[in-house]
Amino acid sequence: MNYIQFFAMRPEVSLLCIYLVIFVYDLISTGHLRRMFHPLVCISTLLLTFLTLTDTSTFTLFGGMYESNAAIVFMKAILAFGTFLTVLQANRWLRSANTSYKQGEFYVLLLSTLVGMYFMLSARHFLLLFIGIELASLPMACLVAFDKYRHNSAEAGIKYILSSMFASALMLYGISFLYGTTGTLYFGDMSALITGQPIEIFALVMFFTGIGFKISLVPFHMWTADSYQGAPTTVTAYLSVISKGAAVFTLFIVLLKVFLPMTSEWQMIIYITTIASITLANLMAMKQQFIKRFMAFSSISQAGYIMLAVIGGSTDGMTAMIYYVLVYMVANMAIFAIIESIEWQIRRAVKRDTLNGFYESNPKLTLIMTLALFSLAGIPPFAGFFSKFFVFMSAFGAGFKVLVFIALINTVISLYYYLLIVKAMYIKSAEQKLPAIKSSRYTLVSLAICIAGIILLGICSSVYGTIGNLGNL
Amino acid sequence: MTIPAEYMLILSAVLFFIGVFGFFTRRNLVSLLICTELMLNAVDINFAVFNAYCHPDRLEGYIFSLFGIGVAAAETAVAIAIIINVYRNVHSIHIKRLKNLKH
Repeated sequence: MNYIQFFAMRPEVSLLCIYLVIFVYDLISTGHLRRMFHPLVCISTLLLTFLTLTDTSTFTLFGGMYESNAAIVFMKAILAFGTFLTVLQANRWLRSANTSYKQGEFYVLLLSTLVGMYFMLSARHFLLLFIGIELASLPMACLVAFDKYRHNSAEAGIKYILSSMFASALMLYGISFLYGTTGTLYFGDMSALITGQPIEIFALVMFFTGIGFKISLVPFHMWTADSYQGAPTTVTAYLSVISKGAAVFTLFIVLLKVFLPMTSEWQMIIYITTIASITLANLMAMKQQFIKRFMAFSSISQAGYIMLAVIGGSTDGMTAMIYYVLVYMVANMAIFAIIESIEWQIRRAVKRDTLNGFYESNPKLTLIMTLALFSLAGIPPFAGFFSKFFVFMSAFGAGFKVLVFIALINTVISLYYYLLIVKAMYIKSAEQKLPAIKSSRYTLVSLAICIAGIILLGICSSVYGTIGNLGNL
Repeated sequence: MTIPAEYMLILSAVLFFIGVFGFFTRRNLVSLLICTELMLNAVDINFAVFNAYCHPDRLEGYIFSLFGIGVAAAETAVAIAIIINVYRNVHSIHIKRLKNLKH
């Protein structure tokens, strides 16, 4: 066996090295070294983003079990950068009395989920894919239940782990039938042997259900609102962006690499789930009072928009999908950073009414929040408009005109509920004003990055061009 | 005389859907966990049967079963830990008591 192969997996190997350094540092550091812990993790996750991007060549390893190319490396870099933003925002929460002693555990769990996501993207064999998905979702459950003394966190954790186990059992049942009909677990071989007989359609539906749970598309979204609301806010941000992004990328890769002979079948499944996700989530989002719950439904509908890029299954679709996830990431991260800051100051869950008169006490944060909400809603000068535009264009190009029309109507509906928050912040007056919110320096850095992303990603058309030039999967 | 593959597949399908049924009807967190375990075990049987009857020349199915068992054990450990945490916070593991997040 050729052990040099292991070192060819540069993103994974560098991630594991960082993981081990952090693990050991957590054990040995005291006093002054302990205070350096958080900056160290921030720098190493940022370093990881660049290390991931260094090797963009196309190659396969371990007899075709592992594949890497420019597009996959770019997806991994997005996930690593999102992790960097999450770590930046976690600073103050990690230093509070109830979590400071398990600061190291947070980083270690976070990085294990990232390893899992890296393998999800690179796997070309169902065993590796399965282990990647489990590695991404098990530590995630621990993160959701991280606030040990808070009732809501435990409740969210149990809801997350049970639905995730249920989903992976469904997915495995589907994979077992695929194995039965084709006799192989390699993506490439399997794709050549799939004929689209009924049992394979059953397997496709089961597989889609399993991944759909992770993306939280509508028939499988039951856990989303509760888990998002109960989890610590930083973890919610991670769950809604990085975890979801990785699942979307994986779905796209598997649909193209394995289920290519059954394109018309999975297009129909996505067609239905997309309409259901966007419409239902929009209607539910209007009723929500708690901001984190509201963001959960907003993220379900955003997932529906991302599926518009998946449905065509083309290179255009892939470019639009990566761009959409990138833009969605910066906007969502900005909103969650602000929610976290407010929650930290007032020590209770943020409702929509809590934000009344936010402009008078915190004009700068209000401006950032407004920009991020505009970007999510897709209002022209910001990145969100362009990402939605490219997603619609790719679905339109694939011939799904009715679907694009329905999604367009839903964009208008979504504008209503995003603007409800803007209205609360600027126009409504509060009986009890919020104090001036002080964010930590780390959060300010992450907010600055997010705002730069929201504005620049839209204006610099070169970003989309760069992603477009990455080539096919 | 060997047992036909269909019997084994029916066994695993029945186990799987008992798990699904239980997951939606049971009201106790530990029962829910047992139901998901049933589903995962049904999957393991499926892989072993397909390997033994349909594709006996390679061992991919058996290996998948082994990994499935290992991962299911890890999942159970995490789930039990969280259930204990729920019990400490709520003093019950009945689903009825887990409605705090809706309000």
